[in-house]
Amino acid sequence: MSSVKIELRKDQIEKIHEICKSFNYEGGELINVLHKCQHEFGYLPAEIQEVVAEQLKLSVAKVYGVVTFYSFFSMIPKGKFPISICTGTACYVRGAENVLAEFKKQLKIEVGETSADGKFSLSCLRCVGACGLAPVVLVGEKTFGRVAPDGVKAILAEFEQ
Amino acid sequence: MSKYSMHLLVCGGTGCRASASDAIVENLKTELEAKGLSDTVQVIMTGCFGFCEKGPIVKVSPDNTFYVQVKPEDARKIVEEHVIKGRKVRELLYVDPKANEVIEDSKHMGFYKKQIRIALRNCGFINPEILDEYISRDGYLALGKALTEMTPEEVIKEIKASGLRGRGGAGFPTGLKWELSRQSQSDKKYVVCNADEGDPGAFMDRSILEGDPHSVLEAMAICGYCIGADTGLVYIRAEYPLAIQRLKVAISQAREYGLLGKDIFGTGFNFDIELKYGAGAFVCGEETALIHSMEGHRGEPTLKPPFPSVSGYLGKPTNVNNVETFANIPVILLKGSAWFSSIGTEKSKGTKVFALAGKINNVGLIEVPMGTTLREVIFEIGGGIKNGRKFKAVQTGGPSGGCLTEKHLDLPIDYESLVANGSMMGSGGMIVLDEDDCMVSIAKYFLDFTVEESCGKCSPCRIGNKRLYELLDKICKGNGVADDLTRLKNLGLVIKDTSLCGLGQSSPNPVLSTLENFMVEYTEHVHDKKCRAGECKALMTYSILEEHCVGCTACARACPVGAITGERKQLHVINPAICIKCGACLEKCKFDAVIVQ
Repeated sequence: MSSVKIELRKDQIEKIHEICKSFNYEGGELINVLHKCQHEFGYLPAEIQEVVAEQLKLSVAKVYGVVTFYSFFSMIPKGKFPISICTGTACYVRGAENVLAEFKKQLKIEVGETSADGKFSLSCLRCVGACGLAPVVLVGEKTFGRVAPDGVKAILAEFEQ
Repeated sequence: MSKYSMHLLVCGGTGCRASASDAIVENLKTELEAKGLSDTVQVIMTGCFGFCEKGPIVKVSPDNTFYVQVKPEDARKIVEEHVIKGRKVRELLYVDPKANEVIEDSKHMGFYKKQIRIALRNCGFINPEILDEYISRDGYLALGKALTEMTPEEVIKEIKASGLRGRGGAGFPTGLKWELSRQSQSDKKYVVCNADEGDPGAFMDRSILEGDPHSVLEAMAICGYCIGADTGLVYIRAEYPLAIQRLKVAISQAREYGLLGKDIFGTGFNFDIELKYGAGAFVCGEETALIHSMEGHRGEPTLKPPFPSVSGYLGKPTNVNNVETFANIPVILLKGSAWFSSIGTEKSKGTKVFALAGKINNVGLIEVPMGTTLREVIFEIGGGIKNGRKFKAVQTGGPSGGCLTEKHLDLPIDYESLVANGSMMGSGGMIVLDEDDCMVSIAKYFLDFTVEESCGKCSPCRIGNKRLYELLDKICKGNGVADDLTRLKNLGLVIKDTSLCGLGQSSPNPVLSTLENFMVEYTEHVHDKKCRAGECKALMTYSILEEHCVGCTACARACPVGAITGERKQLHVINPAICIKCGACLEKCKFDAVIVQ
């Protein structure tokens, strides 16, 4: 679990209640509830999971089990501009590893981490289905195709202001 | 679509949108508006054309002119030259790389010549967000025919006769599955569409959902009619935002038109569809895992039987089919099973969509009759290997499949032939590899994937794959011993035999098939400590050529670990014991004196 304890504000707790209510407090909707919560808060720290568990009448262990099972859910806050490098097969054979190494070098962070200024976070994903543009990098919603290691600086610069 | 004399079809698939195809649409509309042509020429954002390599694509209908790699600023030229003056914009036309000639329209492109499009019939032709366009191409006619002219048994009989098999990978006969689901007695049944396309490098399901969502909805309703279900669920990856949005639009339009909901076509048949989201787990493509995930649990598979057709979602009979399988259904009902089964091979009927990717000239989505050879797919449709390199292997079936080589090129592709040769159909990913790819590294790459995606429920898959990965890693790092190769094979076979679900049962395939076909590369790694593709860094040695070195000291200054010694104007030497193979010296040397072996 994440080491930093956070205190949820009252309005944040109410927001979670609202989300759970919109799914009729059904335990079977857990994944949809978590999607909504992550969309709202950016990530799913233990504190949010506890509220969800209580609302849906599930054990915290069950919620934690689901959060950690699926790669889409994150317990660490993402950067303002989350960077995802596609490491699907098509991107891999076209050199995604080198692109990833360059991002790590430039940002001085590892996969799954967020830069100290909270601006960028780095993650890998498996195939966005834009294999014609391999290797592919996503920054937020924006897609960059045919990225080469020497193009990494320019991509970061675009979000640097 | 009749009041327009010309249509400009712009690809709105994920790949082309990433290259600003929506800006092309905007610009085309603005240009047409400015010239007062908005009433005669229509701009349509369609689904994927398949020719992703040269995206974004703009196709002109009716003359099939096919413009490639179009930029937003080209809009003016297309309108002024093509639309107004009737002259094709030469520089945007596709140039056949072999003959080096300009191809005027899609009918003459090697990429399309051998294709037969059934599942992809509407992709690239219609605007997926407008139901009328689907209807104008016989959409929902099959549902109408089924509901008003046929009994559920007759529909099932037709699907069985067509020979259609599951396109998700396993190849189970679809008609039989429907029959089994129909036979289960229950007050409630479900139709599930498996749109959890997790196989990296395969994107056919996404393209169908983005380009022709109604074909899937229509087929699900037909399935519901056959098995006696009134609820359909689409389980879709959260990583496909565009497909999700198009599905949502399609569902609400179908409801508006009364094609989903209560009393469809006044026949008393009720059917509605909801979306369920995945959250990034490869194993959820397995139907029991998928069902658990839909119920809000961890997506762990369970033993079959009971099969979902007996006890599935919420314990009720559930019929799970893949997106591409569904997309075939309406056409089969309209054109008949005899027509469908006339295409393909003896045991595999119809067509299959493949996603071509990797070191191939024409990356994209293709649909060919079963029985087409790998050579036709890779060299004719795919246009051969990138940069004139030599073909080495093709990985079919994704992380669960195997590598096929030169000697398999004339193999007609169907479910049985691929399995007989150590690979599988899978969902239809085809990754082409050339001589620069190290087969041991590729096997390691796939194992890395399966280790990450193993759900951890059964030990052969959870522990076994990890051990397989470690062995491969050891070999790639130059620490392999002869016994490791036997160990790889034995362990691989045990994992295949003893794993609970399809993931573990197939995860050793990339290792076993590369061992079978590329043993030489493994032994080179183990015995000679050499990687012929130059991909395994640890097996490379850096040295300095005496005749090229001028003693400029640039390399010694660049070396982060002090492995290079030598006086100014004297020959420099790399100490292999200290060298970390970072390549900094190679980058710095201006005299090509540093070499890697």
